[in-house]
Amino acid sequence: MSHNPGAAGNRLVVYSVFNPASWKIEPRREIPQGLLYATPLLAVVLTVVAGFFIFLSMGYNPFLALYHFFVSPLLTLYGLSELLVKAGPLIMIGVGLAVGFRANVWNIGAEGQLTLGAITGGVIALAFWNEETWWTLPLMCLCAVGGGAAYAAIPAFLRTRFNVNEILTSLMLTYVATLFLSTLVYGPLKDPMGFNFPQSRMFGDAALLPILLEGTRLHLGGVVALMIAVAVWVLMTFTIVGFQVRVLGQAPAAARYAGFSGRRIVWFCLLLSGGLAGLAGTFEVAGPIGQLVPVISPGYGFTAIIVAFLGRLHPLGIILSGLVMALSYIGGENAQVQVGLPQAVTGVFQGLLLFFLLASDFLVRYRVRRNPAALRHAPQAQPAE
Amino acid sequence: MTAPGSDSSAARPVPRLEVKGVTKRFPGVLANDHVDFAVAPGEVHALLGENGAGKSTLVKMIYGVLHPDEGTLAWNGAVMQIADPHAARALGIGMVFQHFSLFEAMTVLENIALGMDKPGDMALLSERVRDVSEAYGLPLDPDRDVYTLSVGERQRIEIVRCLLQNPKLLIMDEPTSVLTPQEVERLFETLRKLAAEGVSILYISHKLEEIKQLCDRATILRGGRVVAECDPAQETAKSMAQMMIGTELKTVERRAEGVAGEARLVVEGLTLASEEIHGVDLKNVSFAVRAGEIFGIAGVAGNGQNELLLGLSGERLADHESVLRIDGAPAGRSNAGARRKLGLCAVPEERNGHGAVPGMTLVENAVLSGHHRMGLLSSLFIRAAAAARFAQQIVTAFDVRTPGVTASAGSLSGGNLQKFIVGREILQKPKVLVVSQPTWGVDAGAAAAIHQALADLAAEGVAVVVVSQDLDELLAITDRLAVINVGVLSSAMLTREASVEEIGLLMGGVHGVSTDAAVVHPEAAHVA
Repeated sequence: MSHNPGAAGNRLVVYSVFNPASWKIEPRREIPQGLLYATPLLAVVLTVVAGFFIFLSMGYNPFLALYHFFVSPLLTLYGLSELLVKAGPLIMIGVGLAVGFRANVWNIGAEGQLTLGAITGGVIALAFWNEETWWTLPLMCLCAVGGGAAYAAIPAFLRTRFNVNEILTSLMLTYVATLFLSTLVYGPLKDPMGFNFPQSRMFGDAALLPILLEGTRLHLGGVVALMIAVAVWVLMTFTIVGFQVRVLGQAPAAARYAGFSGRRIVWFCLLLSGGLAGLAGTFEVAGPIGQLVPVISPGYGFTAIIVAFLGRLHPLGIILSGLVMALSYIGGENAQVQVGLPQAVTGVFQGLLLFFLLASDFLVRYRVRRNPAALRHAPQAQPAE
Repeated sequence: MTAPGSDSSAARPVPRLEVKGVTKRFPGVLANDHVDFAVAPGEVHALLGENGAGKSTLVKMIYGVLHPDEGTLAWNGAVMQIADPHAARALGIGMVFQHFSLFEAMTVLENIALGMDKPGDMALLSERVRDVSEAYGLPLDPDRDVYTLSVGERQRIEIVRCLLQNPKLLIMDEPTSVLTPQEVERLFETLRKLAAEGVSILYISHKLEEIKQLCDRATILRGGRVVAECDPAQETAKSMAQMMIGTELKTVERRAEGVAGEARLVVEGLTLASEEIHGVDLKNVSFAVRAGEIFGIAGVAGNGQNELLLGLSGERLADHESVLRIDGAPAGRSNAGARRKLGLCAVPEERNGHGAVPGMTLVENAVLSGHHRMGLLSSLFIRAAAAARFAQQIVTAFDVRTPGVTASAGSLSGGNLQKFIVGREILQKPKVLVVSQPTWGVDAGAAAAIHQALADLAAEGVAVVVVSQDLDELLAITDRLAVINVGVLSSAMLTREASVEEIGLLMGGVHGVSTDAAVVHPEAAHVA
C-alpha cells in the first residue's frame, strides 16, 4: 500500500514552496499562554536587531548608536528621572485607552483630549495667576479631567446616538484641539510681557507640580500615574465594572444577555480614557513645561496606543511598556546629541516596535501551513494492491 | 482482487463501502476504535450514536476530510485511500451536510455550480437541475435567489448538487433536524427512490423513529466503538436508544397534572422587527404561562425563534411596558438585567459568545448572569469566593465535565457548556425560565437530566418556556404548546391533545408547501 503521493508529487511540492498559494494561514486551536506574554519582549529584541542594521546601513557605528539609544540614558540619575517624566503621561493615557480597547472602544484621539485637558487646566492656572492658594492645583486637575472627558464625550455621543465610528471622530477632533490651543496661545492667552511669542505666562508656583527630586524635572505626575495604573488594575480585575468592559469586548451578545448596557460601557470607556488623557495634559503644562505653548506633547496620545498594546492592555504591563516607550523618546534625543542621529529615529523605533509586536502577535494566534490543496497535483484515490 | 460488476453474480454481493478496523485518534481522545461496518448497494444504512460517539469523525474519513490512523476503507471491494473530498466525489461519494454552505444572495443554479468540480455550461446545467429535481420529487427553481427559500428547499439544493454527480453512496448528516414532518416524509420518498435505483445511503441521525421508518440496517456507535448492528424494523425506539446510551433510559417523571397556578409570564402583542437583513419579524405574539407549567414553542428553525427569545429575555425591548409582565409586574421596557431581577432567567440557543463568553473562566461565566440573583456582588466588587462556590455548585449539580471551574468556557465541549448554562439559570431559582434548545448537542443521558431538572423546576411553581425544534422533546415534556411560523405564534394547545399532523401543518405554514403543495400534498392545501 503506498501512502505517500510518490516522488513525482514530492518534486511538485518542492517547487510550490515559493508559490504563495501553496501556503495558508490558519488560526491556532490553542494559543500558547507563555508565548502571549513573551511576544512584547520578542518585539523589543527584534526592534533592537532591526535598529542595528538600520544604523549600520546609514553609516553609523551601530554599537555606539544603540548604546546611546538604549543604555547611556539609564546610567545617570537625571536620565532615570527623565525616563519617569516621559513614562508618566504614557502610562496614564495608556491605562485609560487599554480599558476602552478591552471593550472594543477605539479612542484614537487621546492626543486631542490631552490638549483639551492642558487647556482647561492651564486656563485655571492663568485665571488664578499670582494668587498663592492651595486649591489651585487640585482645581486644575479637576478641570483637566473634566476637559478631557468632555472632549471624549463628543465621539461617545456620536457613537451611542448615531452609531458613528469613534476611531474617525476621535482622531479628527485631535487636530481641532491642537488648532484650538494654537488659537488661544496666539491670541487671548498670549503672555502680555512675552515679546509676542506664542506662549502664555509662566504659571505661578501654586499651579506647578511639586518636584520630587531636587535638580531634576521629576514631578508628582509620575507617582500619580503609577497609582492610577494600580487603581485601574483593581477596577478591571475585581469589580463588576471591569467585568462588564471585558464581556462587552469579548462577546457583545453575551453582554446584552447579561443585561449590561453597551451604551453605558462605551460612555464609561471614552470618559475614563479622555479624563486620564486630560489629566496627563495638565500634568505636562503644570510640570515640565510650566506654561501653555502651541505644542505640549511629543505625540504622547498616539504613542500611548502602542504602550497599551505593548503592555497587553493590562494596567501593570502598561507600566513596563510605558517605561520602554519613554526610553525611545529619551534615547532618541540622546542619540541625536551624542551620535548625530536624525530626529526621526525616535518615530522609526516606535513604529518598528509596534510592527514587530503586531507581527509576532499574529504568529502567536495563527500559524502558517502548507496548503493541502497544493498537493492536488498528486494522484488522488489510488487503489492499493 | 475483485471483478467489477460482480454484485449480481456473487452469492453475497460485494459491499459498496466496507469499513474495516478503522481507528482515529485525536490528542487525548480515541474518536474511532476499530470500527467495522459495511453498506450494500441500494441499502439505507443508519449510523446511530450519541454526540461524541464518533459518527462525524467516521463520516469525515469516508468523505476524505480526515484520514484513518489504522484500518482500511474498501470501495466496491477495492481498498482505497481517499485523499480529499474531491477524490471522494470522483469515486461517487456525495455528502449532504447538516449545515448548508450556500450563498444567500445568489441563485440556486449559481450555488449548485459553485459546489461542483466541473459545472460545465450553465444553460445545460439548468436543464439538468430541472430534470434531476423533477425525477426525484425535489421541486426546485434554478433561478430563484437562495434567501427567498425555506430551509427545506435549501436542503434540496444540497441534495440536487450531490445527485448531479451521480453518486453511488449518499451520506446524509442529520438531514431532518430542520424539516417539518411533511418535508421529512417527502425527503424519505426521495431517499427510498434513490435506494431503489441502487444508490447506497448512509443516514446519520439520532431520531430513532425515523431510522425505524427508513433504514434497512443500523450500526450503533458508542464511545467510538461499534456496540451493535441491528435491523431497525425489528427493534423498538427504546431498545435502540438503550444500545446507544448503554444504560436504561430514564423517562421524565412529571407530577400528576395539578391545578394550574397564577399566570407568571404574560406576553400580549409582542411585535419586533428583526435586526437581521433576512430575519423574521415577530408579529403580535401573545401567550401566557402559569406557575408550574411547561409551555413549548415549536417551529422550524428561522421562523422568529431568535427574535422571540431576545424579546422575552429582555435583550430587545418591547414598545410598551405592558407588553410583557413577570408575576404581574410590567417589564416590557426593562432590559435583561432588570428582568432577571424580577425573576425571569433565559438560556439562549447559541452558547459560545451569547450564553457564555468562551474566553472567560467558568467562574466568570457564572458571574455573567448570576451576579445579582446569587448575590455575587458587594457594592462594585465581585465576591470571588462566592462566585467560585456558585460555579462549583453548577458543575457538581449538573455533572459538567471539566478539569475545574477555572477552565475557560470555550474549552468545554458543546454539551458540557450547555449543561453549565442551563444549570446556571436553574440554580438561580427563577420564577420564569425561558430556554431555547435545552438539549441541543447534549447526549441522551444529559438530555434526560436536563428534562428532569425542568420538570422539577415546574413542580416548584416556576413557569417554564421551552423553545425547541425537536418536536419529540416538546411532546415529551410540555403541558401546552404553540407553533411559531414566520413570526406568528399559533394559539396554544394542550400537548396531550395535540396531534403530530396538526403541529406539522402549523409548522409548515407557508414554508415549503407553497411551491409544491398542489403537486404532492393536496391534503395540505385544504387544511391551510
